[in-house]
Amino acid sequence: MSPRLKTALFSALLVLAVAWPVLGLRLTTVGIRLEVHNASPALLCSIAAAAVGMFCWQLWRDRLAVLWSGAPRPPGVPNRLKDILTRPATQRWGVLALLLPALVWPFLASRGAVDLATLILIYAMLGLGLNIVVGLAGLLDLGYVGFYAVGAYTYALLSQHFGLGFWTCLPIAGAMAALFGFLLGFPVLRLRGDYLAIVTLGFGEIIRILLRNLTELTGGPNGIGGIDRPTFFGLTFERRAPEGLQTFHGFFGLPYDSADKVIFLYLIALSLVLLTLFVINRLLRMPIGRAWEALREDEIACRALGLNPTAIKLSAFTLGACFAGFAGSFFAARQGLVTPESFTFIESAVILAIVVLGGMGSQLGVILAAMVMILLPELMREFSEYRMLLFGALLVLMMVWRPQGLLPMQRPHLELKP
Amino acid sequence: MSRPLLEVRDLAMRFGGLLAVDGVNLRLGERQVLSMIGPNGAGKTTVFNCLTGFYRPSAGEILLDGEAIQGLPGHRIARKGVVRTFQNVRLFREMTTLENLLVAQHRHLNTNFFAGLLKTPAFRRSERQALELAHHWLERVGLGDCANRPAGTLAYGQQRRLEIARCMTTRPRILMLDEPAAGLNPRETEELKALIGLLRDEHGLGVLLIEHDMPLVMGISDRIVAINQGRPLAEGTPAQIRSHPEVIKAYLGEA
Repeated sequence: MSPRLKTALFSALLVLAVAWPVLGLRLTTVGIRLEVHNASPALLCSIAAAAVGMFCWQLWRDRLAVLWSGAPRPPGVPNRLKDILTRPATQRWGVLALLLPALVWPFLASRGAVDLATLILIYAMLGLGLNIVVGLAGLLDLGYVGFYAVGAYTYALLSQHFGLGFWTCLPIAGAMAALFGFLLGFPVLRLRGDYLAIVTLGFGEIIRILLRNLTELTGGPNGIGGIDRPTFFGLTFERRAPEGLQTFHGFFGLPYDSADKVIFLYLIALSLVLLTLFVINRLLRMPIGRAWEALREDEIACRALGLNPTAIKLSAFTLGACFAGFAGSFFAARQGLVTPESFTFIESAVILAIVVLGGMGSQLGVILAAMVMILLPELMREFSEYRMLLFGALLVLMMVWRPQGLLPMQRPHLELKP
Repeated sequence: MSRPLLEVRDLAMRFGGLLAVDGVNLRLGERQVLSMIGPNGAGKTTVFNCLTGFYRPSAGEILLDGEAIQGLPGHRIARKGVVRTFQNVRLFREMTTLENLLVAQHRHLNTNFFAGLLKTPAFRRSERQALELAHHWLERVGLGDCANRPAGTLAYGQQRRLEIARCMTTRPRILMLDEPAAGLNPRETEELKALIGLLRDEHGLGVLLIEHDMPLVMGISDRIVAINQGRPLAEGTPAQIRSHPEVIKAYLGEA
């Protein structure tokens, strides 16, 4: 049997093995028992057709490829354009160009759309924060959601026990997350690559399980509810102000509109993202940004030049965690409720996917990827059963066609003017 | 003789059952070039790795200006002014030539987070000074027109020179060169020799050199230590080493 035939047979069997149990079997409840039934004949036929199709394609793909190469190619993106698109300056303009619609958006779109945009902004912020750790410093962090949780619970607990407001807690939450980043980073940053990924993965899970089980402190699986919303210089956006506070609509003499609150949250998220962008852009041009790059390229040379690798990695880890803390406290303020289930591993995976999809080190890319990753599941609600399948397929396709990400960025180079 | 800049006493390095370096003694003063020669695998680079903190020596003392530095981590030793180049060039290849020199100045720069965030005058000044020093050294090693090129795209000889310039921007007291002439053509070797001489005479550096290019070693060294199988074979001036029977037998070969 020729190897090609073998591959084709194997592929076809694989299609059957995956598709038949997933699509071809139906579980139905009969009384209190579950019964397995075959799906409709039409569906079974289409699975078989897919298997046959896969068999033929694998068998003749070489010949098809030859035929295909004869066909005129669609013009690819020319190299020059590619170079211009990946320049930091171009991407800065890209971000600025996005800013205008982002500012107008809440006043034109529906309430649900604004809410969704807020969610995108949270993930953009998380992506940008993780980008410092993964994209700039080259440390694979799979437990990023742990710092997000620390930020969220910091605000929730401070708000519940001490009645502190969002604006007081935002820096505290960032600092707490940074502290956790520092404490975790200190022992583990001597590890490299995969080992670091495993330890951080464990850390993320430990945080979640702690939050779940420290019932007296964190409310266990029920989480903490009734968290105060952010105020606008002491003005709340609720219909009726709690004692000692004034309402926004009352102060400005406007009719009450529940959408105001959503718009306000959106604007806070937008300004947090802008702050993050500003900090990262400065970092890239600071000595520490250069040191991250150098460390990613050659750690031994760095040591020989007197750079302390642990301290430099630790700074990236701590800063990344700090932004997760900001995002976390905003998340808590937006939801009004935090539970451990918001901080599962899949969140870490989504954030990492945003960074990888966007292109490591690229800010504009991360923002675009955050849009894609949050919008796609929303737009494909009808396919919600296959959401994870599509998610996986998207990642595989990306790695095949654009391993460098949607829109990678060149590092800003410091140039010597003659 | 006054107290030497660097003194190594009875250095030994053991890897499991292998004694890679045993009983090596070195004395290096200011404005001095000390060379280590010996066949491949003699343990020269191991000595370098011990001196720069990449290995923790099994025994012996390393005194920098009278202060024991053995066992310190590499970056701490580098900060005390002992920097090295590598046998196989280790540049930050994706970064530009200029940036390579800026990274080397990291600890002299204003790394205050908020100063950099707000671009305070102190931060700008420190960056400008770093650029000036980098520019100075680029001109010195003849790479002035390659400042904005990624280091990986430079020719091999240029990369070697950049590595030396990168060491110099850290403002060292001792420069350790591991086979700097390997892969250079005769003219480049001559230039390298001039450069080492200049570093020694104008900047008062102590230079520790590992090299197989005998004309270079004999021409530039103040003293030479020959090492064979991890043990010191002979020490002396170039003339003494050249006529030392053991060295000729083990390394130089009969004429």
